[in-house]
Amino acid sequence: MITQNAPALIPILYLVASLIIPMVAYFKKGFSYVLALATSAAVLAVSLAGLQEVITNGPLSYHLGGWMPPLGIELVLDPLSAFIAVIISGSALMVMIYARENVLQELPDKTMGFYSLSMLFMGGLAGMAITGDFFNLFVFLEVSALAGYGLLAIGTKRGPVSAFRYLVLGTAGAIFYLMGVAFIIIATGSLNMADVAKILPHAEYQRPVIVGLVFILLGIVIKMGVFPLHHWLPDAYTDASSTATALIAPIGTKVAAYVFIRILTVYEFPPLMDVLCWLAAVSIIAGSILAIAQSDIKRMLAYSSVANIGYITLGIALANPLAFIGAMLHILNHAMMKLVLFMAAGGIFNNMRTLDIRRMRGFPLVMPLTALAFFVAVLSMVGIPPTGGFFSKLYLILGAIEAEAWIFVFVIIFSSILGVVYLFRVMNIAFFRPYEVADDKKLIQSFALTIASPIETEDKSSKEYETMPRKEMGLLMLLPVLIVAVSIILVGIYNGLIVDNVISLAIPDIIKSAP
Amino acid sequence: MLETIEGYYAYFFLMLLFVIGLYAMMMKKNFIKKILGMTMIQSSAILVWILAAYKEGATVPVLDPAISLDNPDLYLNPLPHTLMLTAIVVAVVTKGVAIALAVAIYRNYNTLDEDELLARTEEET
Repeated sequence: MITQNAPALIPILYLVASLIIPMVAYFKKGFSYVLALATSAAVLAVSLAGLQEVITNGPLSYHLGGWMPPLGIELVLDPLSAFIAVIISGSALMVMIYARENVLQELPDKTMGFYSLSMLFMGGLAGMAITGDFFNLFVFLEVSALAGYGLLAIGTKRGPVSAFRYLVLGTAGAIFYLMGVAFIIIATGSLNMADVAKILPHAEYQRPVIVGLVFILLGIVIKMGVFPLHHWLPDAYTDASSTATALIAPIGTKVAAYVFIRILTVYEFPPLMDVLCWLAAVSIIAGSILAIAQSDIKRMLAYSSVANIGYITLGIALANPLAFIGAMLHILNHAMMKLVLFMAAGGIFNNMRTLDIRRMRGFPLVMPLTALAFFVAVLSMVGIPPTGGFFSKLYLILGAIEAEAWIFVFVIIFSSILGVVYLFRVMNIAFFRPYEVADDKKLIQSFALTIASPIETEDKSSKEYETMPRKEMGLLMLLPVLIVAVSIILVGIYNGLIVDNVISLAIPDIIKSAP
Repeated sequence: MLETIEGYYAYFFLMLLFVIGLYAMMMKKNFIKKILGMTMIQSSAILVWILAAYKEGATVPVLDPAISLDNPDLYLNPLPHTLMLTAIVVAVVTKGVAIALAVAIYRNYNTLDEDELLARTEEET
């Protein structure tokens, strides 16, 4: 019963919760957290049950209002969308556990709005993952985007400015998408994705279809934050509250990448794929280089998001099964890494009162467990074998080799080296330079960046070193960070299971049949 | 040359509207002008849908005994028009959020000019 209705339940539960939370919070504020947490847990359970059902019995299709698919709106749960739905609801649950203390600290009088908006945001994303209809996708896209603007705006004083700049670009993206869908409906007369895929090869004029496709992809690329159109992303992530960033960063851009796969399954136009491959390669390199230049940890992680969405785009645009597996695994892995990194950054901000990398000296002494989780995520980001990041990059490289695109093999490896540079800079400052109170007063960048030399360690006696007392994050904040950090390693070890049982079923036919 | 334009004036006008709106969103410094540009591209996309579904001489898709059923050209496709009602609602909500954000920005910084805002935000950090 529940599994049969899973496609509808996944977005609806979130949307209903976002409506009920303001009503409940009117009577007692604390209930909004409980309700958000319970909804996230319920949706995770439903989407896991849905994934199980889809793998054993094949795709589920739900017809809204009982209208048959080409006419009515169809919600589809196939292995691909079920996989994405599990990632979305899983990371939502983790962030909701984490949210309680952090929201109370950072946004004490806006708790109700935060939980309501975050449920609306998740509902929009889940809807984008599940829907099988072009126009319905536009509506869910706008629902999640509008909730996202609200979430990003409540934070620091600069929040509204960054959110507004995101809104301008995001709306342009959504309208480009709407324009593209107009071309599709003019050419085919249908909005159902499966139906359109059947009609398009027989369409009378192919040129408007391609124009429409370009419009749609342009809109999605803006939402994904691929390099030349990434400008909204670092600002928005930096100026939001820690929990909002932890909620939006891991999945917001990935769901847009998933929509990209969906569009690809409808109609493939090879020259466009080549352009997107190059765009992705530029995004990977530029994101990594820009990340090196940042001193704010959230901004650095945002630029590394730009680089990582490049990996995912590259894997999809290469359009062969191995690269596709790499892209899907990277969606999962990158969601988990960014969860740990952003949640840890939020904890560091709460305890150390700074987001400046140069002032993070000795934070492992203050919060050892967080530092351990952070370290695991960094290893995964760079791609060290036991962690998940290694395997997704391995599949991507194998896919690039199969496509005989040697330049992209080089790009992936080169960007891993750049990743070592910007991530181990944090590690170096954090682990090997003890905390000094004096550092807070004067801070010279060239000094902060030098690696501790033996001469400097001799100097220790003359300086006064002071360590901050050990102060770990609260249990509710620490728990999700540790769970995700452990699952990064588990996903790395058992990646074969995930690839064989889920992702290999999710490969679209159009990619399987590609030469 | 003229044959390509003839009969499609409305599409060319909407394309122009779209480009002007896009220009305003990118190049204008004032946030309210950006919102106006946003409204223009939203309207042009909505009008493209409505225009595409319009047919000369056709009527509403309600069964009329006077009109024969064998000619579908006599009935309009109602789907794009109804979908655009939803799109208009989305557009209105987007404008609402945009204006709310503009109000919040004005309260925080007392200006809506992009260059001045950038200067003031950089002063803080």
